[in-house]
Amino acid sequence: MDPRRPPRTVIDPKVRQVGFFAAPEPIASSPPVSDISPSGNSLSPVMIPPPRHSSDAARPVLFSPVPPASPGRRDSLAPSDLFPASSPTASSPCADAECAFSPGRPLRSNSVRPAAAVTMSSSLPGRGFDLTAAVTASSVPATGLMKIPSGFSVKNAGKARNASVEVENEQGSNSKPLKEKTTKAERRAIQEAQRAAKAAAKGEGKAASVVSAAASASVNVKPHKATKAPTVAASEKKGGGGERPVEKERKKEVPPPRMQYDDTSRVEKAKRRSVVKQTEARNRVELFRHLPQYEHGTQLPDLESRFFQLDPVHPAVYKVGLQYLTGDISGGNARCVAMLQAFQEAIKDYSTPPEKNLSRDLTAKMSSYVSFLIECRPLSISMGNAFRFLKSRIAKLPLTLLESEAKASLQSDIEQFITEKIILADKVIVRHAVTKIRDGDVLLTYGSSTAVEMLLLHAHELGKQFRVVVVDSRPKLEGQRLLRRLVGKGISCTYTHINATSYIMHEVTRVFLGASSVLSNGAVYSRVGTASVAMVAHAFRVPVLVCCEAYKFHERVQLDSICSNELGDPDVISKVPGMEEINCLNNQANCGNLQPLNLIYDALPSDYVSMIITDYGMVPPTSVPVIVREYRREQLWM
Amino acid sequence: MWWRSASFILDNRPQNDVAPPSRPDSLTLSPPTMADAALQSPNANSAYYQTRAAHHGVVTSDWLAQAQAAAAVGRNPDDQGSVVAAEAEPKPAASESGKPFSVIVEFNNWRKQPDLAEAVAAIRALASVIRSSEATTMMELEIELKKASDSLKSWDTTSISLTAGCDLFMRYVTRTSALEYEDFHSAKSRLIERAEKFGEISTKARRIIAVLSQDFIFDGCTILVHGFSRVVLEVLKTAAQSKKLFRVFCTEGRPDRTGLRLSNELAKLDVPVKLLIDSAVAYTMDEVDMVFVGADGVVESGGIINMMGTYQIALVAHSMNKPVYVAAESYKFARLYPLDQKDMAPALRPIDFGVPIPSKVEVERSARDYTPPQYLTLLFTDLGVLTPSVVSDELIQLYL
Repeated sequence: MDPRRPPRTVIDPKVRQVGFFAAPEPIASSPPVSDISPSGNSLSPVMIPPPRHSSDAARPVLFSPVPPASPGRRDSLAPSDLFPASSPTASSPCADAECAFSPGRPLRSNSVRPAAAVTMSSSLPGRGFDLTAAVTASSVPATGLMKIPSGFSVKNAGKARNASVEVENEQGSNSKPLKEKTTKAERRAIQEAQRAAKAAAKGEGKAASVVSAAASASVNVKPHKATKAPTVAASEKKGGGGERPVEKERKKEVPPPRMQYDDTSRVEKAKRRSVVKQTEARNRVELFRHLPQYEHGTQLPDLESRFFQLDPVHPAVYKVGLQYLTGDISGGNARCVAMLQAFQEAIKDYSTPPEKNLSRDLTAKMSSYVSFLIECRPLSISMGNAFRFLKSRIAKLPLTLLESEAKASLQSDIEQFITEKIILADKVIVRHAVTKIRDGDVLLTYGSSTAVEMLLLHAHELGKQFRVVVVDSRPKLEGQRLLRRLVGKGISCTYTHINATSYIMHEVTRVFLGASSVLSNGAVYSRVGTASVAMVAHAFRVPVLVCCEAYKFHERVQLDSICSNELGDPDVISKVPGMEEINCLNNQANCGNLQPLNLIYDALPSDYVSMIITDYGMVPPTSVPVIVREYRREQLWM
Repeated sequence: MWWRSASFILDNRPQNDVAPPSRPDSLTLSPPTMADAALQSPNANSAYYQTRAAHHGVVTSDWLAQAQAAAAVGRNPDDQGSVVAAEAEPKPAASESGKPFSVIVEFNNWRKQPDLAEAVAAIRALASVIRSSEATTMMELEIELKKASDSLKSWDTTSISLTAGCDLFMRYVTRTSALEYEDFHSAKSRLIERAEKFGEISTKARRIIAVLSQDFIFDGCTILVHGFSRVVLEVLKTAAQSKKLFRVFCTEGRPDRTGLRLSNELAKLDVPVKLLIDSAVAYTMDEVDMVFVGADGVVESGGIINMMGTYQIALVAHSMNKPVYVAAESYKFARLYPLDQKDMAPALRPIDFGVPIPSKVEVERSARDYTPPQYLTLLFTDLGVLTPSVVSDELIQLYL
């Protein structure tokens, strides 16, 4: 019933979650995986880095009306049906071009992009999205719906043939067993639509030539399809078409699959087109194989040396990327602001290439920048949200606007986002939070959060009498910088490491924490160690207050820190600089049975959070979805 | 929020009108005391709790005077000053506005009706501000209204429902399409209309709650009640009238002994009642099937602020897995978020121990405590039966 009901007190949540996970579920038959919430189509830290270069060849073709072609009907089935798992291959250009709100697949337009065999569960979303994209792409009546992606995909396949024959062949063989599993209803839906399209398009001759060309190109994959189609179509006659809209609705809900880094073939392909050459870490922890784990410290010189070859990346973006890579910019707000400012620069220097549409081309460019940034370091949720905002703004630009006007309006939008959602939000948070500091309080904070730092300084300026305990942890030791600034302002501080939390907690009256993100179930996604601090505080009955700007809220639900996380350089935890006598792990780095793990984030269940302070006021963690629901929409799509 | 009020539940049911409880004369308080309480500045003691004590306490005027005297002698030397200040206090309020009408006087008039909740009294008073306003523009009227509600709020800062009622009223009245009317007078009459409607909904709230909560009272159950809450009384009365068989345990409710009053009322309804001293709650808890309490205020976390002792009863009930139900009208929803017991403006009241207390001994005079949401099972409000987490959702939708 109520998430904060009694049964879910101290011990319960962990147990319950573990139990939930342990329950073996037939994943293959349940398309929406729980942790990929309907919002999964935002950029998430473990999202696949999309290809950087939009295929310029494919793009113009995209929106030229593809005439519905009668002979092409069956052929057109081939790509989408043959690659059930990998529909992005051919037909998703529609998806990213039209659905600007789906940063999840920002740049899959490259038709040459190899499609990997995905597990069954992810194949469904993939296809579902495809169809959705088609729906949004063309506002033609339902009969014409399916023909655009399919027709296009055929053409596209034809164009891409030269480049990707071997891929598709491989795909064809790969996906054969999978194909049987794609739900019959889906195939039916496509076929029925195509039959309708055929009926509608009878007599249009021109199309035939186009598609037949494509058909001849894809002749190697077609035959078995052609034989199959009629039988399914026949069965379709009996099963009424009434279920189709429902089906479509369902598919619309399904988010695209996220990149799983334990999927070797996909990783291979993702690597081939990446800018930043990452080397896979050798000894990877089994539980975290789905996250990118790279050798650290190798990419920077390589990237630096190739500065002049990387012309598609704007220098400002490039610079920010390098700063992410080296860790010069860290912290949710700083990274987000840096990214937005780099984009602002890039927009300033942007000029629409001839024969192109500003909003589409700019979206593609921005997406390629983002994928570059992702390669440097996985995007934080706040950055994903900010990018989502930017993309929606680009998509919302009126077509009549001059280029200079459009650029100016985008730049001012970004500026506004930075001031309103980050700077002003912090001020509001401080104003709310300061009411919870009383004279004589002992405040504990962990790591270094800008909002908390502002709060402490503000409370000090107001003349409140309080003491601060700064808890810190290796390897980043961010707390030291915070400590330095606090002490500089004359606040009396205690500095300790996370190991001593339980010792120091009994004298603490309030715990203030920052957050990287707050998820829909109230879970706080934050610097690793936050959860343990909050749990200790809860055990000592000390209220835990989380300061988090509302733009960092995300509608995803996460129950643990495993599904989605970021892995840092394991070397920094195994080596302590300047302490030679304890560095006994130096030679063990390549040891096969040693798997170092350096997690960056953890998820704190909402039961341990007393209050979340946002720019909308102080809310209990159970109200996060309300805020997401009430405000996200108006921010992004007003 | 208001438009979603679950008042439809009243329409579906045959109205069994309940006559207002007739109080024996011995229990009603003498008017002079009431006036005293009304005029008294709430600096030292919470006016809210004095009103409650006056309305629901069995003890009468003499104890109030006695307690005040005792407080003046020993504990709180500044009480004397406040008594003096109290004499002068309402006058500036009246003279400052320069008009015969004062919202506080109006409010106190309404407040004298024991059956009228404080928030409703405030709402009525604010409605009459609109009515008697001489403003000629909408802006002027709004400012006047704002001023009136501010002065009401500052009159008694300890009363949560007063503050919440004022805020809600301002929200409800000013957030309206009335402002789009070209004609000021039609806009004003529309505001008055809305204000009246709001007052009406607020008074109906108690009935709605009583009807909603009937499903939770089953035959043969034992209900533990703490303090005197008009809503809870209404709930129990409705249950008794619909021939449900249940018994009630009433806590004594020290120091104003509101439990005695409640047991008295219930005995009149032929409901079996047992009186407990406040410390016997844990002892009797295993016989209890559910705990029913009212609330002075419902805060954003979904917890409640209520008469002292509610928290410990909720803790005991929670540890014995008994449900704790709260009956509260939605005008008690306040934009407060206490983190712990001390995180609220203290509401003090005199406590009579019957014997003189040495001046060195400190007395905890706080009148209320905060019960966190995890110890509450459900809230019965006129918006429906809510879990504690929904309270914040409602508040967010209303205020943001």
